[in-house]
Amino acid sequence: MKADLLVIGGGLHGLSVALQSARRGVSVILVERHFLGRHASGATAAGVRTLGRHPAELPLSLEAAATWHAMTDLVGDDCGFNACGQLQVAEDETALAKIRDRVSRLEAQGFTHERLIGSNELHSLVPDLARHCLGAAWTVDDGSADPHRTIGAFRDAAIAAGVQIVEKCLVTGLVRHSTHWLAQTSKGVIEAGLIVNAGGAWADQVAALAGDPVHQAIRTSMMVVTERTSARVKPVVSSLGQKLSFKQTAQGTLVIGGGSQGKLAPDRQSASVDMVALAASVGAAVRLFPAVEGIRIVRTWAGMEAMTPDHLPVIGFSHRVDGLIHAFGFSGHGFQLVPSVGRAVADLVCQGSTNLDLSAFDVTRIAIERAAA
Amino acid sequence: MIHDVVVIGAGPAGMSAAVQLRKLGASVLVVDEQPAPGGQIWRGIERNASGPIAVALGPDYQKGRALTAAFRASGAEYSPSTQVWQIEDEWTLFLTSEGKARRVRARAVLLSNGAQERPVPFPGWTLPGVMTVGAAQILLKSGGMLPQGNVWIAGAGPLPLLYATQVLGLKGQISGFLDTSRGLNLAALAKLPAAWRDLPSLAKGLKWQRELRRNGRMIRGVSDLRAEGNGRLQQLEWTAGGVRRKAKADVLLVHEGVVPRIHETLALGCDHDWNPAQKYFAARSNRWGETSRPGLFVAGDASGIGGWTAATVSGEIAALGLAGHLGIKVDTEALRRENQLDGRRSRALALRPFLDALYTPPTTSIADDVVVCRCEEVTAGTIRKVARTSTSDPNAIKAATRCGMGPCQGRQCGYTVQAILAEVHNLPVGDVSFFNIRPPLKPITLGEIASLGELEDAE
Repeated sequence: MKADLLVIGGGLHGLSVALQSARRGVSVILVERHFLGRHASGATAAGVRTLGRHPAELPLSLEAAATWHAMTDLVGDDCGFNACGQLQVAEDETALAKIRDRVSRLEAQGFTHERLIGSNELHSLVPDLARHCLGAAWTVDDGSADPHRTIGAFRDAAIAAGVQIVEKCLVTGLVRHSTHWLAQTSKGVIEAGLIVNAGGAWADQVAALAGDPVHQAIRTSMMVVTERTSARVKPVVSSLGQKLSFKQTAQGTLVIGGGSQGKLAPDRQSASVDMVALAASVGAAVRLFPAVEGIRIVRTWAGMEAMTPDHLPVIGFSHRVDGLIHAFGFSGHGFQLVPSVGRAVADLVCQGSTNLDLSAFDVTRIAIERAAA
Repeated sequence: MIHDVVVIGAGPAGMSAAVQLRKLGASVLVVDEQPAPGGQIWRGIERNASGPIAVALGPDYQKGRALTAAFRASGAEYSPSTQVWQIEDEWTLFLTSEGKARRVRARAVLLSNGAQERPVPFPGWTLPGVMTVGAAQILLKSGGMLPQGNVWIAGAGPLPLLYATQVLGLKGQISGFLDTSRGLNLAALAKLPAAWRDLPSLAKGLKWQRELRRNGRMIRGVSDLRAEGNGRLQQLEWTAGGVRRKAKADVLLVHEGVVPRIHETLALGCDHDWNPAQKYFAARSNRWGETSRPGLFVAGDASGIGGWTAATVSGEIAALGLAGHLGIKVDTEALRRENQLDGRRSRALALRPFLDALYTPPTTSIADDVVVCRCEEVTAGTIRKVARTSTSDPNAIKAATRCGMGPCQGRQCGYTVQAILAEVHNLPVGDVSFFNIRPPLKPITLGEIASLGELEDAE
C-alpha cells in the first residue's frame, strides 16, 4: 500500500485530517488499530463548547463553532448537532466572581461568545435547576452533537473523498527513509511521504516508533447515561469548580460526565469505572437537578484520551523527524475542535504551514530528551 | 469488615457452596435477587411446601427443601432482595437493597448466578401476550398463576416440557405445543448410550412427552413461527410437514434453551470459552471453578449449563477451591475424593450431551424486519446493513445503531448480533466476540449512586 499521507488513528481527529487532506487532492490511507471511534471519539459526551476555553485554543474553537453550525457543508450531515447552548452555573459567590472575571476579560479582548446571566434568566432557561444557583456563563451558540453519528458522517465523507480506511490495523514499526516512511503494520507495509499521528491515548507509542518520543498522561474520564426520560433540560449544564457536565440527548437519555477519572489498567490498554469517584459527579448532578434522583442509570464507562501537563493539545510538525505531524493530547476537550484542527493540519500536510498560530501546541513541551548520540 | 467470600446467587450452586464454606470455617455473605432462597429451579420452595402447586411442581422441586434448610442453618449471612450492580478489583461489591446502595468487601467472590433464557427473535416476538416459558414458570412458582385463554407453547428443551406437565397437573389448559426441535436425530442417538447413566432423567423426559401427547396437541417439526395481532397477540402461524398453519392464540410461551449469565465475568475481563454445541460463552475456569481472575470463582449454570444436580456438586467443588484460595488449612484434594465430587458431577452431566444434541440452538437466519434489540428497537436489517461496512466487532454495531445500549445491557440482543455479524462476515459464530459490558450490571438510580459519595464523606 502506498499514499501521500498515512494517518495513524481512526478517531475523529484522524478522520477529519484525512478527509480535509483528501479533499485537496492528497492520497490518504488511514489506519485504525480497532474500529473507527473505538476510544475517546466514541466515549465522549460530544459537547460542542467554546465556553471556558483556554485563550490559546479560542481561535481554533471559534472557527470550529462556525463549522458546527454548517456541518452539513463539510460532511453532508449535521452530526446530530443541537445548538442548545451551554451554561456554566455558579453555585456560590466565589464561583460567580470567577465567572464574572473571565467574561470581563474575554470582553476586554473583544470576545463576545460568553455572556454573564443572572439568576432569573438562568432559571427561565432551565426551570428544573436548583434554586441555590446564582448565575451562569451562557454561550448561546454552543451545544452538543451525537458522537456516533459524527463518526459515521466523517467516515462516509472521508471514504467519498477517496481516503482508504484500514481497520483492525496495528502499526508496529515506522522507518523514515530520505523521502518517505515505511510503516510496518499488522496488515502489511505502507509507504507514505507524510505521517499524521492522531493516536489519542496511544499517540506516545506512535511518536516513539517514529523517533520523536514524548511523555503524556492518559485521561480516563467517566460518563453516565440513564434510561430515557421526558424532556426537562435543554442546554448543556456544567458547574464551575465541580466535575460535572449534564445534558439530555435527542433520545431523551441523560448524559452525565465532567471529568471524574476512572481506573487505568497497569498496562495502559484499558480503563474501568471507579464507582465511588463517579458518585461525585452524579452527586453534583443530583444537587443541581433534584428531580432526576429516581432516574435509572443504564450504562457507565471510562474513555481513554491523551493528556498533557497544560491540558493543551499537541498540534504541529515534529522538530526531530522529517515528515511527521502530531495531532493528539486534547486532554478531554477535543471533540468540538475536530473540524478546525483537521483544517489546520490539512494546511500543514498540503502547504507546510497554516494561518493559525500553533506555537502553544508545540510538541517540544512534552518531548522526552534523548541521550546525545 | 471483610467477608472471606461473597456468594452471588442463592440457587443450588450458591447454597451448596455456602453450606460447605461454613463447614470449613469461612465467613460468607450470600446475596440474591429473590426474596427467598432457591434460585430459579426452587423458586418459592419455602412457601410452596404443600398443596396442589407443590404436587404439580414435581419431585425435583421438592428435592430443594433439604438444601434450603441446610443453607438457612449454615450460619452464612444472607442478603435477599439484593442486586449486585458493580464488582471492582480484589474485591469490592456494590449492592442495592430496599432502594439503598452499599459496598461490601470480600477476599474472594463466587458467581453462582445461574442462567438466562436464550432470546430468539422471530416475527411478532415483542407483541404483548408473547413471553418466555421461564417467565411463566416464575409466575407459577411465586404466585400460583396459570396462563388463561388459548395458550400455546413453542420451543425446544426440557423446560417447556416440564412446564407444560406442571400446568396440566394443575388442570390448566394448553391449546398446543409447537416443538421446534429437530426431533431424534443421529447426532442425538449417538449420545444416547452415555445418557443411560442418568436413566431416571431420561425416563422423566419421556414421561413428560407422553403426558403432553395424551392431554393436548403436540406438533412436531415446527419452523417459521410468526406471532400476529393488533396491539397484542391474536394469532399464530407456523410451518409443519411442509404445510403453513394458523391458530388463534392469547398467550404464546417460547423457549429455546438457556445460556449462562456472563455479564459479570465479561465486565471483569475474565477469559471465556465458546460452547459450539449450545452456542454460548462461559467463563473459563479451572478444576476448582476459579476463573482467569484469581479469587473470582464460578459455579453452577453460570459456568456452563449443566442443570441443578451438577450445580450443587460444582458449588461444593468451588467451596473447596475457595478454601484453598483463602489459605484455610484443609486437604482439598482429599475432601474432593471423599465426597466423590468428580464421580457425582460426571453422573449429573451424563444426560447433557444427549440433550445438547437433541435441542440444538436455532440456526435460522433472522428476517430483516424482525426487531433484535427490544430496548432501542433495532431490526435485523439495520444490523446487517451496518455490519456489511463495519468490522466484525459487535461494539462497532452497538456504537453505530444503539443496539445493546438499552436497560437490558445487551442481554436480549447480544448473541443475535453475534450471529448476524458471523453471517455477514462469513465467520464461525464463536470467532465473533460479545459486547463490552459496562457497569452497572443492573440499573440503579442516580440517587443511589450519589448516596455512595455521601457515604465516602462520612468515613
